[in-house]
Amino acid sequence: MAQAPVIQVNRLSVDRGRRRVIDHVTFNVEAAAFVAVVGPNGAGKTTLLHTLLGLVEPSDGTVRVLGHPPGRDAPRIGYVPQVKTLDRTFPAEVIDLVCSGLTHAWPFWRTQSATEQARAALQTVGAADLATALLSDLSGGELQRVYLARCLVHEPELLLLDEPATGVDATGAADLYELLDRYQADHDATIVMVTHDWNAAYHHATDVLLLDGRCISYGPPQKALGADPLREAFGHVGHAHAMLQGGPPHD
Amino acid sequence: MSDTPTLCCKEAHLMIDALQYPFMQRALVVGVCLGALASYYGAFVVQRRMSFLGVGLSHAAFGGIALGLLLGIEPFWVAVPFTVGVGWAIAWISDHGPLTSDTAIGILFAVAIALGVVLLSYRQQYTADAFTYLFGSILAVEAFDVGVLLALVVGTAALAPLWPRWAYATFDRTLARADGVPVQRDDLMLITCIAITVVAAVKLVGAILVTAFLVVPAATARLHARSFRTMTLGAMGVGTTTAVAGLFASFYLDWPSGAAIILMQALVFSLALAVSYR
Repeated sequence: MAQAPVIQVNRLSVDRGRRRVIDHVTFNVEAAAFVAVVGPNGAGKTTLLHTLLGLVEPSDGTVRVLGHPPGRDAPRIGYVPQVKTLDRTFPAEVIDLVCSGLTHAWPFWRTQSATEQARAALQTVGAADLATALLSDLSGGELQRVYLARCLVHEPELLLLDEPATGVDATGAADLYELLDRYQADHDATIVMVTHDWNAAYHHATDVLLLDGRCISYGPPQKALGADPLREAFGHVGHAHAMLQGGPPHD
Repeated sequence: MSDTPTLCCKEAHLMIDALQYPFMQRALVVGVCLGALASYYGAFVVQRRMSFLGVGLSHAAFGGIALGLLLGIEPFWVAVPFTVGVGWAIAWISDHGPLTSDTAIGILFAVAIALGVVLLSYRQQYTADAFTYLFGSILAVEAFDVGVLLALVVGTAALAPLWPRWAYATFDRTLARADGVPVQRDDLMLITCIAITVVAAVKLVGAILVTAFLVVPAATARLHARSFRTMTLGAMGVGTTTAVAGLFASFYLDWPSGAAIILMQALVFSLALAVSYR
């Protein structure tokens, strides 16, 4: 019997006040897929991610994540929020934040095993030396890596990432996508990543969801990021599309 | 040199003298409990930028106490539901609709104090009591207040398992919700605890000054803390020691108790600030 899709979204609509942010979007994400969600500002990408997490109630349609309504399987999901929302005045060392991914609460005391797991996760993302640094002292790129360590520390089977490469330099971003590819291969994990980086979507994702309130296209990168859908979503395609054609898509 | 032991002995005698008075014993128990409790909750208040909530709740407490005085009921039992209700109303208004919590507080605390003043105008003989509740008095603390504070300490200790969830939502509400923390329910619980603590503090500290108990020790601890845990524990340390020091100052210098404690808190905060900028 074929495995059920990890995410099933059927005619999902979400309203924010009087504005319809997501309009009748339907798609399935199969196990071990790497889906990139792209689209212009205000396209509903983050709202879609929040709906999958159970943070936003659908106005219409149905959503199932890991076989259940959203919000039921937090321990099986790893989430990387947009780092720009971080409260930098909160007094905390990096290791505390990573441990919160294990305990699903803020640790008052850290157990020895939690500390070791957190250090291992930081090592994985190349941030072992940041363990005792204060959150307030980190650069945007360092913070992204710490959030990724926090997301991976409990070895989730589904990763929901909201612009995980924001503020990361080109080399750092390449490392990050390579890391995600490796994690996915090692754990058979499913990844849904909101990104503005068309190149990353084109070269790392197995499927791309092009969103502009409604679903413009969904499928393999070459098809979903074709000139016509991009023009429909962004109004024009410009130089970006030529850049996309510079290399092969996900292999 | 030879004066030092004599001076120490003299101070020790003075402290023992003070402790012989039952009102001072009650004030110390209440002061230490309040210092610990208000500072514990204060860590969340400061880090969630809710300092103004303390102002709103303490003024609401004054309105509730005035209602209790008018009805001839122990003010605590009227002020607690009144203040908790105002706290929940503030949370509801800021969660549902376009108004922020500071606007909701700005409206509700003025309404509560106006209500308190109108209610007190009906019973002239209670204005002296009202003054006590505005500025606090060491002499006003009764055995009932000691019981209330001890019960609050036990209740807070029983709710200690909520600290990791409250702290998580303080750091990032969205992240906490995504991890399955019932943030809205926890927020109401936190506001309820803060509201009850504020009402319990009003007799000793006064409605006008009680906010400082929530804010100053936690702000002092924040200056040097590397984690939210050390901020919470540091705030409780500052809160309890300044309460004891302030109450002795109040006893010997005949200062109003709330003001004396807050000046001690301010002194420690200033020192911590000076050290942090050194």
